[in-house]
Amino acid sequence: MKKGKISILEHELVPKHEIMGAEEIKELLDKYKIKRVQLPKIKLSDPVIKEIKADAGDVVKIKRQSRTAGTALFYRLVIE
Amino acid sequence: MRTKRIKGIKFGLLSPKEIRKMSASKIITADTYGEDGFPIEMGLVNQRLGVIDPGLRCKTCGGRMGECPGHFGHIELAAPVIHIGYAKLIYRMLSATCRECGGVLLEDAYFLFSVSDTELEHDLKREIISEKWHKEFGDSGFPLSTNASITKEKNDEWAITDKELFIIRKEAGKLNVYDAGEKGRFLNDIELRKKQPGVGEVVKRMFKEAAKHTVCSHCGDHLFDFAADARLENSLNKGEDVISKELRRKFATEGHALSKNPSIKKVTDNKWLITDKDKRYIIKKGNGKLTVDCGTPQRVIKFDKPSSYIEIDEKERKRRLMPSDVRERLEKIPDEDIPLFGMTPKSARPEWMVLTVLPVPPVTARPSITLESGQRSEDDLTHKLVDIIRINHRFMDNRAAGAPQLIIEDLWELLQYHISTYLNNEIAGIPPARHRSGRPLKTMTQRLKGKEGRFRGSLSGKRVNFSARTVISPAPDIDIDEVGVPEAIAKELTVNVNVTERNIDLLKETVRRGNEHPGANYVRRADGKKVKITETNYETLVEELDIGWKVERHLRDRDIVLFNRQPSLHRMSIMAHYVRVMSGKTFRLNPTVCPPYNADYDGDEMNLHVLQTEEARAEAKILMAVQHNIISPRFSRPIIGGIHDHVSSLFLLTYGEKKFDREETLEILKGIDIDSLREPAGTFRSEVSGLGSEDIPYWTGKQIFSMILPAGLNLQFQGKVGGVTIRDGNLESGVIDEIAVGSFKGKIIDRMVRQYGEEAAKKFINDLARLATNYILRAGFSFGISDEDIPKEGEQQIKKEAMREAEHKVDELIKAYEAEELEALPGRSIEETLELRIMETLGRARDEAGGIAERYLGIENAGVLMAKSGARGSLLNLTQMAACVGQQSVRGERIKRGYRGRTLPHFKHADRGAKAHGFVKPSFKEGLSPTEYFFHAVGGREALVDTAVRTSQSGYFQRRLINALLDLEVKEDETVRETRDTIVQFKYGEDGVDPSACEYGKVVDIDEIIKDVMAGTGA
Repeated sequence: MKKGKISILEHELVPKHEIMGAEEIKELLDKYKIKRVQLPKIKLSDPVIKEIKADAGDVVKIKRQSRTAGTALFYRLVIE
Repeated sequence: MRTKRIKGIKFGLLSPKEIRKMSASKIITADTYGEDGFPIEMGLVNQRLGVIDPGLRCKTCGGRMGECPGHFGHIELAAPVIHIGYAKLIYRMLSATCRECGGVLLEDAYFLFSVSDTELEHDLKREIISEKWHKEFGDSGFPLSTNASITKEKNDEWAITDKELFIIRKEAGKLNVYDAGEKGRFLNDIELRKKQPGVGEVVKRMFKEAAKHTVCSHCGDHLFDFAADARLENSLNKGEDVISKELRRKFATEGHALSKNPSIKKVTDNKWLITDKDKRYIIKKGNGKLTVDCGTPQRVIKFDKPSSYIEIDEKERKRRLMPSDVRERLEKIPDEDIPLFGMTPKSARPEWMVLTVLPVPPVTARPSITLESGQRSEDDLTHKLVDIIRINHRFMDNRAAGAPQLIIEDLWELLQYHISTYLNNEIAGIPPARHRSGRPLKTMTQRLKGKEGRFRGSLSGKRVNFSARTVISPAPDIDIDEVGVPEAIAKELTVNVNVTERNIDLLKETVRRGNEHPGANYVRRADGKKVKITETNYETLVEELDIGWKVERHLRDRDIVLFNRQPSLHRMSIMAHYVRVMSGKTFRLNPTVCPPYNADYDGDEMNLHVLQTEEARAEAKILMAVQHNIISPRFSRPIIGGIHDHVSSLFLLTYGEKKFDREETLEILKGIDIDSLREPAGTFRSEVSGLGSEDIPYWTGKQIFSMILPAGLNLQFQGKVGGVTIRDGNLESGVIDEIAVGSFKGKIIDRMVRQYGEEAAKKFINDLARLATNYILRAGFSFGISDEDIPKEGEQQIKKEAMREAEHKVDELIKAYEAEELEALPGRSIEETLELRIMETLGRARDEAGGIAERYLGIENAGVLMAKSGARGSLLNLTQMAACVGQQSVRGERIKRGYRGRTLPHFKHADRGAKAHGFVKPSFKEGLSPTEYFFHAVGGREALVDTAVRTSQSGYFQRRLINALLDLEVKEDETVRETRDTIVQFKYGEDGVDPSACEYGKVVDIDEIIKDVMAGTGA
């Protein structure tokens, strides 16, 4: 990161992204009875994905503020 | 259900070969029927092309009418003709390919370096870019990045994609590395995008790029020779930007002096390309010498719309390219260049865009109609085909007779015209072909295009049976889930009923009645034969009617139907209603269901659909019933409820302590299903003449309303005029208004649905509508111009207090402004400040006037009552009618437009006064002066334009949203998924709450529950 620049991860409008572990992913896929490709996608070129250094094929867990549910969990598969 | 996924759709062109192959008959005569009345052999309505007359058999497949799908024929054209649909594409291709050799005007791949190493080859075979390869590329001056990827293209050919595109070929035991060149790059781009949208973009770019080249890099005219020389060859091989002195000298002596930095590219082992500014030289090795060619210069081609091409040579001479020339050129384009156009040579060769054979559609696609007079009237397409065949013949005859070129060209042009209009009769620059009556013919394109075309008109949308449409009108006496259907419609619409042991007697009676209302129109026998019930045969049919038959009986009371009003913007636009057959000619519906349909009775029409299967009826009953849609999922509140007079009436009834004796009470509660009256509120003494006095029990209006409330209902809320308290189904205090029972708000209705269920809520709405109607009929309710009357002193007060003062203030503001004493508001100019202050002053003046008027108009005034109860209108409307219309505005500002410095010629130049800029002092009742009327119209127009713009924009936005979201589904695990089961939301709405089944967005409303419990315990 360039000097003087603020990490976008610290911005209040950027929800928290977290790379999930293999165990966790399996649990998630089992819970919804889906295959990996059935997850919503996020591009590798997404600024947050670049910042947290996720790779294509990773699954990220996104914890975000929700008007209806307070906080909501969302999962995305990183793609190219 | 098994779902199938479409893997791909292949589009292609019909080749002449294919057209002939699929043809059942060659068409040579323009005549249709012979003198004997039978179709002519090889004519346009040839019996080999299918049958349209009952009783005949197809000569191709032997099928009867209905069985034979029809077969294509063909016409051999005397000369090639441009297919008008591809005219533009043909132009692009002509411009992008060499006029001589037909190759696309893009540079081929060129040689970079070569290696021979088994290890490197092994890496290629495994499709890995190894360290060694990186080194090789780096050493040769083409370093690869880490992102580079390798793919195998074909045997002994690999492609490395980095920022550049490299091709590695194994040639003569060596691995030669090439730069893909312009052509290779485009081919690669197109190949990559083949399976997604965006190929068109690349192809477009390719055409643009190719058309830029003015010389061909593949072929050329011979210039001079060299004697083969290893040194010379070597200097050529060294590649770009290196040119030996010898070569330079040779070029100069031959009169082709090279500039300072020409580029040399090695294309193959014995072909080099020198690019020098806009000149190109092709050097080839052969027969022991090196030949130098000059790249073929490309003449400019112009597209002369709609279907001719003109070539301009170096001397500015113009020559028309006839379709035959065009076809020849297109034929020359090599197969390997076709993918650059985004086409596959196997299924679409460019020359197929120039027609030599014309397919003739089967007669089933262009049936002729027999008129009453016995004359046949042919389809537009047949007419057009007749024209084509006639001209085709004339062309052939003239050519055979050796007619002059001019005549031939004229005929050719005519043939082009007929074929062009046959394909599309709405081409810019071509007069449309017309019918004898002067009507333009409906040809191929017209059949497919537009709203009434095949796609939008016949495939996406179809007319539907078992439906009816008529004007709607109100029926306050029918239930909210009913619909009044005129008898005439009920007799036309039918329901299919299977005859069973249990209903056979009933159905026999139905069939016996026949055309008399609860009767039937048809019966279907066990063998499937349909018989119409008539005066003459009904007796036998009743006799024969048996189990296994079906009866198409009339629509009857309590049949379930779907009722719809367009535009169908939300799910409440189509709801299931129960039929009530009535006299008259309109559909009747309860006024309380107007809001969900957004209907009124000023001439609105609605559609009705009769359900035909038991499954459909069950689904409609469970999912689409009116009571199921009381709560709108849009805003989680009732959309069905009291409107207009219902609200006024209940407000009147429950306002104050109105007393009603037994008789009156019963009359108001007429038609409402309640078992008994509640305890009277008290008694009043009544003098009965000559008989002394009597204690008469009475009920209050609030009590009467309470009688339609269920016991146990506790509710407290803030109404429009003070709080409302309902305890144990008793309206204890407060007045019933829009907030209590109105549509869109309806707190009581909302509670009824949630606490007592849909069925009870439906009954409540029915009851309240009846109660309200009964009472307002009794009480009477009207509003007229005299209801806006204000006493003299009030009028004076408005004029003196509000108006004069405001005008005075405005004058002062203007004076202050002119004296430059006005202080600007923060962030505003002085002019803006003045405008704002004037607007504010005048706005206040109107409100004041309204306030004064209100003081003189009490709640007993019908207008005020309607405004305060929320039944209709607002206090602002009343103010405008009774006191002052107020400032007219355009875009939130006073009216400024008009002449320079003034709005109208009635005012002085630079008059900033209230009157001159649209302040309307009088009320509507008093009347407006001409200038005031004009300003009002100016302001009114803005509102009109705004709504027009808004509706069209929001309509389009809605359409796009629907198209984007229509496949999404909420599954059992509360996830939202699309058709491939890909997750869109992990929990519907992130909280999994259905807005139509919750308390204003929350799953439970704790506060309400607490209140309820407290009320129940009497605390």
